[in-house]
Amino acid sequence: MMKRLLHGVPLHATVLLALLLAALVVAPAFANDYLLTVLIVILYFAYTGQAWNVMMGFAGQLSLGHALYVGLGAYTTAALYVHFGIGPWIGMPMAILISVACGAIIGFLAFRFGVGGVYFAILTIAFAEFARIGFDHFSWVGGSAGFFLPVANYSHDDLMNLRGRPAMFYYVILALTAVAFLLCHALMRSRVGYFWQAIREDEEAARSLGIDTFRYKMYAILISSGMTAPAGVFFAFYYNNLFPEQTFFILRSIEIILGPIIGGVGTLFGPIIGAFLITGLAEVLQELLTWYGFDPPGAKRVFYGLCLLVVVMILPHGVWPPLSRLLRVDRETERTGDKAEP
Amino acid sequence: MGGPFLPLEIYLNVAISGLLTGLVYGLMALGLSVIFGVVRVVNFAHGEMMTIAMYLAIVLFASYGLDPLLMMIPLAAVLFVLGYAMQMTMINPFIARPEHSQFMLLLAVAIIIVNGLLIAFGPDAQSVQASYSFDSFALGPLIVDATKVYAGGAAILAAAALFAFFRYAPIGRAIRACADNHTGALVIGLNVKRLYALTFGLGAACVGAAGSILSLIESVTPSLGPAYTLLAFVIVITGGLGSMTGALLGGILIGLTEALAALLISASAKSMVSFAILVLVLLFRPQGIMGKRLS
Repeated sequence: MMKRLLHGVPLHATVLLALLLAALVVAPAFANDYLLTVLIVILYFAYTGQAWNVMMGFAGQLSLGHALYVGLGAYTTAALYVHFGIGPWIGMPMAILISVACGAIIGFLAFRFGVGGVYFAILTIAFAEFARIGFDHFSWVGGSAGFFLPVANYSHDDLMNLRGRPAMFYYVILALTAVAFLLCHALMRSRVGYFWQAIREDEEAARSLGIDTFRYKMYAILISSGMTAPAGVFFAFYYNNLFPEQTFFILRSIEIILGPIIGGVGTLFGPIIGAFLITGLAEVLQELLTWYGFDPPGAKRVFYGLCLLVVVMILPHGVWPPLSRLLRVDRETERTGDKAEP
Repeated sequence: MGGPFLPLEIYLNVAISGLLTGLVYGLMALGLSVIFGVVRVVNFAHGEMMTIAMYLAIVLFASYGLDPLLMMIPLAAVLFVLGYAMQMTMINPFIARPEHSQFMLLLAVAIIIVNGLLIAFGPDAQSVQASYSFDSFALGPLIVDATKVYAGGAAILAAAALFAFFRYAPIGRAIRACADNHTGALVIGLNVKRLYALTFGLGAACVGAAGSILSLIESVTPSLGPAYTLLAFVIVITGGLGSMTGALLGGILIGLTEALAALLISASAKSMVSFAILVLVLLFRPQGIMGKRLS
């Protein structure tokens, strides 16, 4: 198992990865509450980015509606917990099932009818908007007034019910992120992963080689939507409140994809590096503006937008591909997303 | 809740008002369609650019009493310059890049616009109250807002000017040549990058005119930008991405259905109905009502 996982990975890359993981594991011992909250947000986006990356980075299908799967995961487990007292870990399979079913419907409709590219992206937005307005009127889970989980001041951690202090949530999301990383690592080098890359690079060519593109695009959306649902479970139990206007809003979907695009679409480390950069940037800007005394609403986001603009313009393939060359940890599979400009 | 037992005149009044608003939406969507049809880039900052025009119209009206209908042409010119500059400096290098990369670029632009407007104008809704804001025309039993009639008429004029440009002006025809055959256009010596910039400028001019007109009939907040972008997507995909008549027809259709849905179901359900139309169109006629099948 270990041997297969490490096959073809340079030794110092493994060492660097182990160091990063070790740093993240011991972080709560040194981090204050603020830093811990920031780290949780970073890992949350690293996880959702990794899940989105399966669809876009591996199979080339641009989804701008991943907030849908987060929201479905969140609402499913929250409703089971509040209405029936069913814990999040038992609710999670249900959440994944509903998310996957929704992904299956979208994928089936879109890929059957040959909807791709920009059209597919806008279809995914449409379904997320649909859910947003639908949940606004869904009074069983609070409608537009919001849905709340009971909150108390916790002195001990109840992992089974995901009730507890920030450090527990930190380790939960760290574990999820690590599992997602390993899963993507395995997927990338599997038969399915190579088929996905063939579809991403040239769908017609892939089909002419005998790849059943419909089926493999379906696998991509099923796996990606299923992976995204647990992020929703985490979201619901960590924040304890859900509003359709926020949970399903297009900005939520965009937040999910910022990390992997800035980090490097189609790479394993892109979503993680991207989440650190994006969240770190937002926090640093906030600090700087507060310190400088210029802090009208919107100022932070203007600079944030400017930074995004600069990064996309000077690093077309994201931060990770050049960084990996710098660290000399790039492999053949990592480089496939980084082809020369035509 | 309206309930289905209202007199017929009310339905007709609402339908006409929706149709007229839809013409303005159509003009906005026309800009998106022209840009996509030629440059093959989806302008994810389209609605945000329109809110710039709306705020400019409001400022000009509030400070100098200039009527938004007259300001339509100067504001179209201002947005043209903005669009031209955007294409020349930022978007041209992205022409050959993948869609998600273009999306990211325009998203960054959109974030800057929304929050720049937020800093400049604050989060409160603003609108123009012209001297004729409460005038109306009576057509038999029907009562039509004068503002909406002027707005619809102005939108038709602006769209007609654009149609004529593409049909008769040599540059308009050169732009169509670029859209039809990019390589061919390069071979016969057209300056494609400049033509792309002109096209993006024209698309932006459409939102300039549309925003100026729309400031008369809708109030604006900075956060409306993304909503208008989505609306423009819904319209052009319904009408046919890249088709000019499709964009106008789509605008009318969406304007009509939104107005009727608001009356028949509820105001919050109106965007749900237009998204339902979008989903149906994408599934059964992805090229849109007027569009040609894309390869």
